[in-house]
Amino acid sequence: MRHRLAPYLLVLPGGLWLLLFFVVPMVTMLSLSLQEGDVVNGYVLTGHWQTYVDAITNYRVQLVRSLIYGAITTVLLIVAAFPVAYFIAFYGRRRKATLLFLLLLPFFVSFVLRTISWRYILTDEGILLGPLKDAGLLADSFHILGTPVAVILGLVYNFLPFMVLPIYVALERIDPRVVEAARDLYASPLVAFRRVVFPLALPGVFAGVLMTFVPASSDYVNSAVLGSSSTTMIGQVIQSQYLVSSNYPTASALSFTLMAVLLIGVFAYARALGTEDVMKVAAR
Amino acid sequence: MSDTAAIELVGVHKDFLSHGDTVQAVKPTDLAVGQGEFFSLLGPSGCGKTTTMRMIAGFEEPSGGTVFLDGNDVTGVAPHKRDVNMVFQSYALFPHLTAYQNVAFGLERKKVAKDEIRRRVGEMLEIVSLTGMEKRSPREMSGGQQQRVALARALVNGPRALLLDEPLGALDLKLRQQMQIELKRIQREVGITFVYVTHDQGEALTMSDRIAVMEGGRIDQLGTPREIYEKPATRFVAGFIGTSNLLDGSVDSISGGVALLVFAPEEKVLVPVPPSVTDGTKLEISVRPEKIDLSRDAPAAADCSVLTGTVREVVYHGTSTNYTVRTSAGADLVVFDQNAYSAEDLAGPGDRVYLTWSPQHSYPIGVRP
Ligand SMILES: Nc1ncnc2c1ncn2[C@@H]1O[C@H](COP(=O)(O)OP(=O)(O)OP(=O)(O)O)[C@@H](O)[C@H]1O
Ligand SMILES: [Mg+2]
Repeated sequence: MRHRLAPYLLVLPGGLWLLLFFVVPMVTMLSLSLQEGDVVNGYVLTGHWQTYVDAITNYRVQLVRSLIYGAITTVLLIVAAFPVAYFIAFYGRRRKATLLFLLLLPFFVSFVLRTISWRYILTDEGILLGPLKDAGLLADSFHILGTPVAVILGLVYNFLPFMVLPIYVALERIDPRVVEAARDLYASPLVAFRRVVFPLALPGVFAGVLMTFVPASSDYVNSAVLGSSSTTMIGQVIQSQYLVSSNYPTASALSFTLMAVLLIGVFAYARALGTEDVMKVAAR
Repeated sequence: MSDTAAIELVGVHKDFLSHGDTVQAVKPTDLAVGQGEFFSLLGPSGCGKTTTMRMIAGFEEPSGGTVFLDGNDVTGVAPHKRDVNMVFQSYALFPHLTAYQNVAFGLERKKVAKDEIRRRVGEMLEIVSLTGMEKRSPREMSGGQQQRVALARALVNGPRALLLDEPLGALDLKLRQQMQIELKRIQREVGITFVYVTHDQGEALTMSDRIAVMEGGRIDQLGTPREIYEKPATRFVAGFIGTSNLLDGSVDSISGGVALLVFAPEEKVLVPVPPSVTDGTKLEISVRPEKIDLSRDAPAAADCSVLTGTVREVVYHGTSTNYTVRTSAGADLVVFDQNAYSAEDLAGPGDRVYLTWSPQHSYPIGVRP
């Protein structure tokens, strides 16, 4: 009988960890979102659902904006990451490890610092816009910093490896002979890509979307550093409700709402794509 | 067969660069495969069979030389524009598609009508006995079933030539024999040229019109199964195809195109030789084990090769019994005795025996005519 316990024992450390740092804060947060009061007088659990209604009404714009930014970022990430992953997987040969390392190299620098350095790149008279304006290619009034474009650029940049790596892994697993078989069966390089390579890379894309859409939608650094008040994302709102206004119930309610929306979004996405098919390919 | 070869290689070779060294996987090779021919490439692992196929299919550009398909120079033409199909050594099925979709892939690319595709794929799956498995994904099939899907996927397109890289390697003996017959039938009926890679010499001998035996990136011998078996051009071919007995000696005399090699009083080997052979020429002679008669009594006939020796080993094989005999000439000879007549072994280990065979069953290896 003892050996039957072994699998559970293996789960124990991870399970305890999750219980302590995931379940406990979640319960605390849920409870917090249903409390009333203020920092000075303390909070009381009253089951006040109205906080949710108010929070959603007040910050609907930021919530929707975050999801839109997250979605655009994810799409751009797929477009940007696929060729990179493809190149490394099929043409990297003996330099694969080096190329992957180069891809990850900037990420040894702190997230915030990297984002701030993008400020310098995108600033009005900076190294990107300055020369273009001097050359008369852009109007003097043209600017990127503070616009959604800057925020999304920052998001794409910051999450790139999280899209490249899973796609790379999926492509790397494709037997080159299978692609050759497609070419042998009258598929041009393009058709072979569309009919064979891309479908086989889908599990990687799927994983990449999961790994980027959720954190990109709830990000609060890129908009804060590269955006303006017109690009405020829900993560920023939650942060300021917690740390600036000390309005814990609203912050918790927003966090929960965001989580729920993202979960629904991810499940809908999985359903639409047919996870089973995707996972079947992944499990081959 | 029409005049233009279905497949022709002229001076084709392939050099790979690996870790700074150049490896010549295929040495400059000339080869012509006739229309509708069943042509086998036979050779040990790493001798360049797959590389040769890949150059014909277009996956590998030759480092030099020209590839012709039906008389057209296709060197440098993309694989999807060559009317040949390949059955890959590793199957290379599309893992995300079902068996049906795998087989239909080529026809869909060629924009064949839906009904037509359904009909042809259905027929093909029946031929490879996979009816009812249409919806299975490759993951859900055994190695042999996958191999048959790979076969069907290539055959269904009815290409001018089919390149098969060890297509039956994963099948058990019975299914293998069944598929051999099936392949042969399809090949005859449809008249497709087959280039067939195998390292099973029995398979190559039974199925092929002609065989090229490769070794170290070079074709050692090219000929009909009978030529390859009866008249091996090199020591390698003799050893690789079937069991061969090799005898070394020098010619003592020649009369009427037959050389006499004397090993001891009353021990001699007779071998037909071309005029280039003269007294004193060193010869390497191949004798197939089933041609040799083994007996404990001295032979009566005088115009035969005769050697004496001691039986070292007797192995019963069902249809035949195999004897290994250490001859006084020094070599170990293997003798197959059909079990059609002998109810018991002709001799046992340690017995002195006489080995006899007729002159035409000796073949001098590597002698230029
Ligand atoms: N891409 C490559 N790079 C370097 N060397 C290669 C490459 N492909 C094949 N070779 C070498 O070329 C030689 C011939 O290989 P090939 O695959 O043609 O052998 P084969 O006769 O098909 O063997 P097997 O019976 O094992 O399939 C081998 O020595 C192999 O190591
Ligand atoms: Mg091979």
